Amino acid sequence: MPEPAIIAHNLTKRFGDFTAVDHVTFEVPRGEVFGWLGPNGAGKTTTIRMLLGLLRPTEGYARVVGYDAAKQAHEMHFHVGYMSQRFTLYQDLTVRENIRFYGHAYGLRGEALRRREEAIVRMAGLHGRGDPLTANLSGGWKQRLALGCAIVHKPQVVLLDEPTAGVDPISRREFWELIYAMAAEGVTVLVTTHYMDEAELCERVGFISRGRLVALGSPEELKRTQMRGDVLEVAMEEPERGLRYLKSLQATGRLPLDEVALYGVLLHVVVPEAERWQERLRRALEEAGFRVQHVAWIEPTLEDVFISAVKAAG
Amino acid sequence: MIDLQRLRAVLRKELTQLLRDRITLLLIFMMPLLELFFFAYAVNLSVDHIPTAVCDLSLDVRSRDFIDALVASGYFDIAEYAAGEADVIAALDEGRVRAGIVIPPDFAAQVARGQGEVLIILDGSDTYSVQAAYSAATAIAQHHALDLMVEKLRRQGQTFELMPVESSVRVLYNPTLDGLIFIVPALIAMLLQILTVNLTAQSIVREWELGTIEQLLATPIRPLELILGKLLPNLIIAAVALVLIALIGFVGMGVPFRGSVLLFLFLSLLFAISGLGLGLLVSTVAHTQNEAESITSMLMLLSMLLTGFIYPREPMPAIVRLVGDLIPLTYFVRIVRGVVTRGVGLTLVWQDVAALAIYAALAMYLAARFFHLRLD
Amino acid sequence: MGLRIWAVMQKEFIQTLRDRRTLLLLLSIPIIELFLFAYAIRMNVDHLRTVVAGAEGAECYAYVQALEASGYFDVVAYVDDQAEVIRAIDGGRARVGVVFPPTFARDLQRGTAQVLILVDGSDFFPAQTAYGMAGVTAQDYGFSVMVERLERSGYDTRFLHPPLDMRMRILYNPDMSDLVFLLPGLLAMLLQTQTLVLTSAAIVRERELGTMEALLVTPIRPLELMLGKIIPNIILVILDMLLILALGTGLLRVPFRGNVLFFFAVSALYLLSGLGLGILVSSISRSQKQTQQIVMVVVLLGAILSGFIFPRYAMPKWVQMVGLLFPLTYFLGISRGVINKGIGWSVLRPSVLSIALYVLVVLGVAVVSFRRRLE
Repeated sequence: MPEPAIIAHNLTKRFGDFTAVDHVTFEVPRGEVFGWLGPNGAGKTTTIRMLLGLLRPTEGYARVVGYDAAKQAHEMHFHVGYMSQRFTLYQDLTVRENIRFYGHAYGLRGEALRRREEAIVRMAGLHGRGDPLTANLSGGWKQRLALGCAIVHKPQVVLLDEPTAGVDPISRREFWELIYAMAAEGVTVLVTTHYMDEAELCERVGFISRGRLVALGSPEELKRTQMRGDVLEVAMEEPERGLRYLKSLQATGRLPLDEVALYGVLLHVVVPEAERWQERLRRALEEAGFRVQHVAWIEPTLEDVFISAVKAAG
Repeated sequence: MIDLQRLRAVLRKELTQLLRDRITLLLIFMMPLLELFFFAYAVNLSVDHIPTAVCDLSLDVRSRDFIDALVASGYFDIAEYAAGEADVIAALDEGRVRAGIVIPPDFAAQVARGQGEVLIILDGSDTYSVQAAYSAATAIAQHHALDLMVEKLRRQGQTFELMPVESSVRVLYNPTLDGLIFIVPALIAMLLQILTVNLTAQSIVREWELGTIEQLLATPIRPLELILGKLLPNLIIAAVALVLIALIGFVGMGVPFRGSVLLFLFLSLLFAISGLGLGLLVSTVAHTQNEAESITSMLMLLSMLLTGFIYPREPMPAIVRLVGDLIPLTYFVRIVRGVVTRGVGLTLVWQDVAALAIYAALAMYLAARFFHLRLD
Repeated sequence: MGLRIWAVMQKEFIQTLRDRRTLLLLLSIPIIELFLFAYAIRMNVDHLRTVVAGAEGAECYAYVQALEASGYFDVVAYVDDQAEVIRAIDGGRARVGVVFPPTFARDLQRGTAQVLILVDGSDFFPAQTAYGMAGVTAQDYGFSVMVERLERSGYDTRFLHPPLDMRMRILYNPDMSDLVFLLPGLLAMLLQTQTLVLTSAAIVRERELGTMEALLVTPIRPLELMLGKIIPNIILVILDMLLILALGTGLLRVPFRGNVLFFFAVSALYLLSGLGLGILVSSISRSQKQTQQIVMVVVLLGAILSGFIFPRYAMPKWVQMVGLLFPLTYFLGISRGVINKGIGWSVLRPSVLSIALYVLVVLGVAVVSFRRRLE
């Protein structure tokens, strides 16, 4: 049984009094697409920087593709690809100059580099477009080119830090297809995101909140185990007013509502037991003069699970 | 430790970027040339031909003699004649003249009685003129008075030699006290420092500001390879610029070069390296290009004032001199004045050369240390 | 319109204040300069290190004593010959060398003594001082030898004094303090540099970060954007100016002779020229790097060609013409006139009018090129 591609053990990073990452432990087996989720400032990027050996952990350790990230960063870098938050390509270099630069940086040369260059240009969808300056590319292309540069050396592990931030939905979909294609070839992918629909696409996800790992597992698993209470979906007229009303009920304790949130035009209400509270909730709304279309017991979304897990963690 | 292929990758990238932005590259070379040119022609350290207003209320032989003596010295040019002291002051107020001479009525008789008195009025809002005028006027008046006295003694029948001692002053290396000879070598040094420090600081801080450095650090490129890859192109630019401005300064402007050119080039290289080191240090402190710019312009200012580039270091308080010692230019200004102007060899400037070498090594070492701490 | 300008101003203020380190550096540069010129920098050098060769006999030592008594020369070593003197100057151990001929005492008797004074010409100010003072002391010494000899020959020297006396009056700055001379120039320099740097940086940064486009699709018009960017800078620069003025005239006791209100009024006019230049620079340059290079050239050339340190009348005509391109050149005369000389509108009218003209031209060109740049 080979060592998992990524091991984080009690990984901790403090900056002065502030603990950015707090005793985080997880493993990612080879070939998995692992989602690393959390709100902004939760410690996602700091975790990735420690995995890459760019930051030294205050406590604990990280091992990636068998190397100690803190002590063998240089050796490790040959087998790891990284795409940082902003698409950090050189704007004043052309597409191919960027690819070649990173290729050389990873020690590729000659025919091998030329083949990778062609493959990446094709992957980025830039084939037959000449060799434009990177500054002149639009967002989706820049993003795919950045990914290409990050995997120019065919790494075993790829770390992607918010790769789809600020990119249009079609480009996002195409980008995930690229991620799956890599995974199919046995590459381990760790990707941070705050899009919950993207999180559903991961084989397993870890939730991080204020530096602490609050939940870990496959999306289905998490929905089963991490959800405290049941989710009721309410379809009604004037949902905003309904939300305010339910919040007031929650505040006064008249109904045991764990969470009330707007979900598009629908409301998601978390209650301890669906069977027991479904009807009472409907009645309470109707008594207050709301027109309710339905109150249904639904499967929780990852977002519900995430909010619940964060709450449970305190 | 250093992988040549990776170093070459960084080098190639840097050069491509440099050559892509032609306008900036052109500016990089044009700036020192422009500065050299204007500095050389505008900076006139020894001020003479000071515009002067003359108010001669006497209009006799003695007063004319005295005024002739002042004009003959070359320090004073008569710009206008004034009718009274008030007019002289008005001319000074309005900035038309920088000096005024008032000779009282009946000057010849006063001199005969041994009581001649001349009033010299100087514009104190212009230090250079006032200093030059002050010492010139003092010396001329003293000389003139002596002449008059000797003449009087002669008439009284005293026979003796004029002055028993003559001193001849010879200014070594710069016999005519030519400002160019003094300023050009130091200016070349100054421009070299500005170039190396700014280029290095900017090129590294830019990677931090754009976030590309994080990407680089995640590749197998080691910090040392990255730094070298960035420093070498800058060193090349500095070398080209140095040759260019040195040619213009020493050949074009005819400033004499007395020492060994080879030694000068070698020591310039050392100096350039220390400038690169200082630029690296700046890049470890600054977070944005803006900040780097503020720091480098502060550095430029301090370099102009504290390194002996223009203002002599001797009269400065020890603590201020110490601040000057932190700038590599301080050592190199002494070196160029030695090697270029005085034409001496390594044996006479070795202390400054050693200091510069230590400076370069220390700056590089510290910069490398801080560089690693940067992300944490 | 007012509200939109206010919105831009607020944003600028927040950004400027957030970037504390840059702000601090920018504000501290003139203060450092002020204090250095007040306490550290002197152009005339005294106590020059001097080596003496061939000093033998009382006459030589009397001469050396006269040199030392002047305060300009400190004898650090006695050496054997001229070659050694030159070696000491070559090696930078001495600035001045005094070489007596072996026959000095005898020549003195005959009245034909010659002393050779060697001066290190590689450093300007010491050379200049040594050059001037060596001549003066030699003359003094010669005079005293002459008087002594006359006395010995029975001449009544009580009535022997130079028949000509010179009174020196230094207007505006009787103590010849560099600081008095520098403060008005520093203020003029500061007003130009800070406005130029702040304005050009603000606009180029906006463009480089791509936020300019975002601003231009709002109802904010280019003129409003410019004003909104400029006003906070003006406030900052004025604060800086007041600080320097307060430090200079209060703590460092530089007299302010003219009318303060008049000075502020002209300064305000002059500020606009720096702003115009800033907008002009930022509309012709494409990146922060380029802006920086251009600003540096303007600042440096301004300092050199305007007369801030070196007097303009000593420059070649064509260099003087180039100096007219910098607003600093015009304002310097006004600043020195008002602060040092205490003169006002009646004398300075032509300079004030030329600044006004400059402002009109530069703002006009700036607005046109700024607009063209946006299109």
